[in-house]
Amino acid sequence: MRACDEVQGTLALTIEGRGFASKVSAGLASDSFLSSECVSCGACVQACPTASLQEKSVKAIGKPERAVVTTCAYCGVGCTFRAEMRGEQLVRMVPWKDGKANRGHSCVKGRFAWGYAQHQERILKPMVRDTIDQPWREVSWDEALGFAAARIHHVRDTYGRNALGGITSSRCTNEETFLVQKLIRAGFGTNNVDTCARVCHSPTGYGLKTTFGTSAGTQDFDSVEECDVILVIGANPTDGHPVFASRMKRRLRQGARLIVIDPRRTDIVRSPHIAADYHLPLRPGTNVAILTAMAHVIVTEGLADEAFIRERCDWDEYSQWAEFVARDRNSPEFLAPVIGVDAQSVRGAARLYATGGNGAIYYGLGVTEHSQGSSTVMAIANLAMATGNIGRRGVGVNPLRGQNNVQGACDMGSFPHELSGYRHVSDAATRALFEAEWGVPIDPEPGLRIPNMLDAATDGTFKAIYIQGEDILQSDPDTRHVADGLAAMECVIVHDLFLNETANYAHVFLPGSTFLEKNGTFTNAERRIQPVRKVMEPLNGLEDWQVTQELARAIGLDWNYTHPSEIMDEIARLTPSFSGVSFARLDAEGSLQWPVNDAAPDGSPIMHVDGFVRGKGRFVVTDYVPTDERTGPRFPLLLTTGRTLSQYNVGAQTRRTANTVWHQEDVLEMHPADADNRGLGTGDWARLASRSGETTLRVVVTDRVAPGVVYTTFHHPATQANVVTTDFSDWATNCPEYKVTAVQVAPSNGPSDWQQAYEAQAVQSRRILGREAMEAFE
Amino acid sequence: MSTSSDERLVHMANQIARNLALDDNPVAAVADHIRAFWSPSMIRALASLANAALDPVAAQALAQLAARAEVESG
Repeated sequence: MRACDEVQGTLALTIEGRGFASKVSAGLASDSFLSSECVSCGACVQACPTASLQEKSVKAIGKPERAVVTTCAYCGVGCTFRAEMRGEQLVRMVPWKDGKANRGHSCVKGRFAWGYAQHQERILKPMVRDTIDQPWREVSWDEALGFAAARIHHVRDTYGRNALGGITSSRCTNEETFLVQKLIRAGFGTNNVDTCARVCHSPTGYGLKTTFGTSAGTQDFDSVEECDVILVIGANPTDGHPVFASRMKRRLRQGARLIVIDPRRTDIVRSPHIAADYHLPLRPGTNVAILTAMAHVIVTEGLADEAFIRERCDWDEYSQWAEFVARDRNSPEFLAPVIGVDAQSVRGAARLYATGGNGAIYYGLGVTEHSQGSSTVMAIANLAMATGNIGRRGVGVNPLRGQNNVQGACDMGSFPHELSGYRHVSDAATRALFEAEWGVPIDPEPGLRIPNMLDAATDGTFKAIYIQGEDILQSDPDTRHVADGLAAMECVIVHDLFLNETANYAHVFLPGSTFLEKNGTFTNAERRIQPVRKVMEPLNGLEDWQVTQELARAIGLDWNYTHPSEIMDEIARLTPSFSGVSFARLDAEGSLQWPVNDAAPDGSPIMHVDGFVRGKGRFVVTDYVPTDERTGPRFPLLLTTGRTLSQYNVGAQTRRTANTVWHQEDVLEMHPADADNRGLGTGDWARLASRSGETTLRVVVTDRVAPGVVYTTFHHPATQANVVTTDFSDWATNCPEYKVTAVQVAPSNGPSDWQQAYEAQAVQSRRILGREAMEAFE
Repeated sequence: MSTSSDERLVHMANQIARNLALDDNPVAAVADHIRAFWSPSMIRALASLANAALDPVAAQALAQLAARAEVESG
């Protein structure tokens, strides 16, 4: 019970009965563990002093014989676990007490949702097909790689090198990501490489680099223990980053104050012993307006930390910014009708953040996935600089990264305009370094980003793509446009665990390995590089870095890495912020936070301590420019999207585990007033339509969302929430505007025509020769 | 109803211009931004669009980019 109250902070457990008959139970007498507030984090199993609580798998498989410390592959918190093994079988995952990111805690995904590795739908043999209307043919690795290489060569010879490209995965290790971008830049000869971080945190890269000088969260997680005021904007930590949320909640129960800026009343707003001082339920799409209004209060009420600004920032830029935010049109009163939040609350929140002691901002994709995502990140950085909340413990600007290795994928040079360590491809000195190491010229011009690749594909100038561990068809916006782009290509190579939705359009499928089957490193949201260790042999035969190496060799590159540590050594040689990183040091120290170099030999838990990376911190004027996505008579509601605790992103992994017991389908949250207007009740089917497309799903009526706002998740391909999202994106980075779509909702009888056609096409394109007969027989 | 790639390029350029409108030198800021983040093929495609509904700042930035490209190749 103490584990539940103090570590997890859910307070779900209680004691039922008295004396010898007493037992631990969840919530009310009528509750089972599934229906209760229990979030299945496993902390009670971990702490149980009598061993009466134990994982069922221990009983089923037997006592573990050995343990290997490794890093979880779900979210950007980067929990470390002891993978306890019996032979080649994983018995259980136990959170590692010495793990510096999780400090011995875990959540329902990392601790329990690893069964997908053995799921019957996992593909273990390479497959090819000439056209996507044919069934797949299982072939040898040699044949698949030869087939892929021939197509790549054909496309390059016919259309030129810029008709080729690829996508690295934030799910894969640093070493694998580095190899994929190297294959594309050095092997394909183009900078057309991007990463799924494009669709989540690319605005963080742009915004923090512009203001502070580097794309990185400023703090370690431990820093939260010294916060006095926590400002959460556009993030839902209890669902998206549960283990860090528990640490945040512990600090809040100790008395830290809380401001939440979110259109939806997320769980962090009110939970046992925690109540936000301010919840500002702003209208989706007005982040820049509300942050500028807060800056207005700070500047005009004399709450700015001028001593800090004079010492650390460019004073002229500050003065220009201060003059801008102080204008009347940026006051909370003037902006209240736009934001949808009363001016007094905005003023109160701004005063609390500026004067409440150590102020820390934590943000997520509710900040970045907007047409002003980059501006919002810069507005956050402005607020932190103006109040002196940078460069020590307890403060800072902290992007909560969605996937396990978003930070790492960005660090490794996955973006088309920059090489590892955030150095622009136009920088001749950096290029020279890579050219000397790789022995080939590097293109000095930026390549295409994911949405640009898809546009070029529909225009007929982009023909071949290698996609490692990402399902762009389900995860990227405007599904039909993605499908059209993929269908127009001559060579789509998907490297993944499962036949994901994107693979419906693929010609080559290269089976991937899970994080349990390979060596490498992940870098979490606090820039912490942590080892991923192989605990079992890859069922598909090769670790993912080996698959990429074999593809490189098939197209004629002479690559001979024998272990990922050699790839990390190459990264360290080429990347100043990684120069002190090696597998040997990671083994010795458990983890390292970059930069690790001569200036910071033991790494950097807190950034910008003695000054900003770029020199002087830069204030950037961020003018509120409304999104072009507007509500109107046809589409009067605003849709925003997000995630839930038990499922993970497109669900490729968690949908293939028992976690589906909590979230079997995506549902549409709707305010009672909007539901009444439309004659809809909880459980009814509704048609959700935007100018991009429509889908159907069931409604849940709730006042968690404001009138005029509806909300859903995107974990299930049958719902395909992204059929509805549009092609609008962040002005600076093309990060899609997932969080704002004008929609209409109406009662419906069941799946839309599109959903039915999609399902039929998916079944058709997943056929594997020789397997249909077997399945028919079964 | 999806927009075409051409319309999208115009929309993107206009969006950049609107977001950098308060810069000291908006034309140069837009040109620098496009140069840093767009592939040459995208810049060429936008430049080749006749009568594109471009924001005046975006149009000037595009002209500046074309002039720079000429200097570099000349």
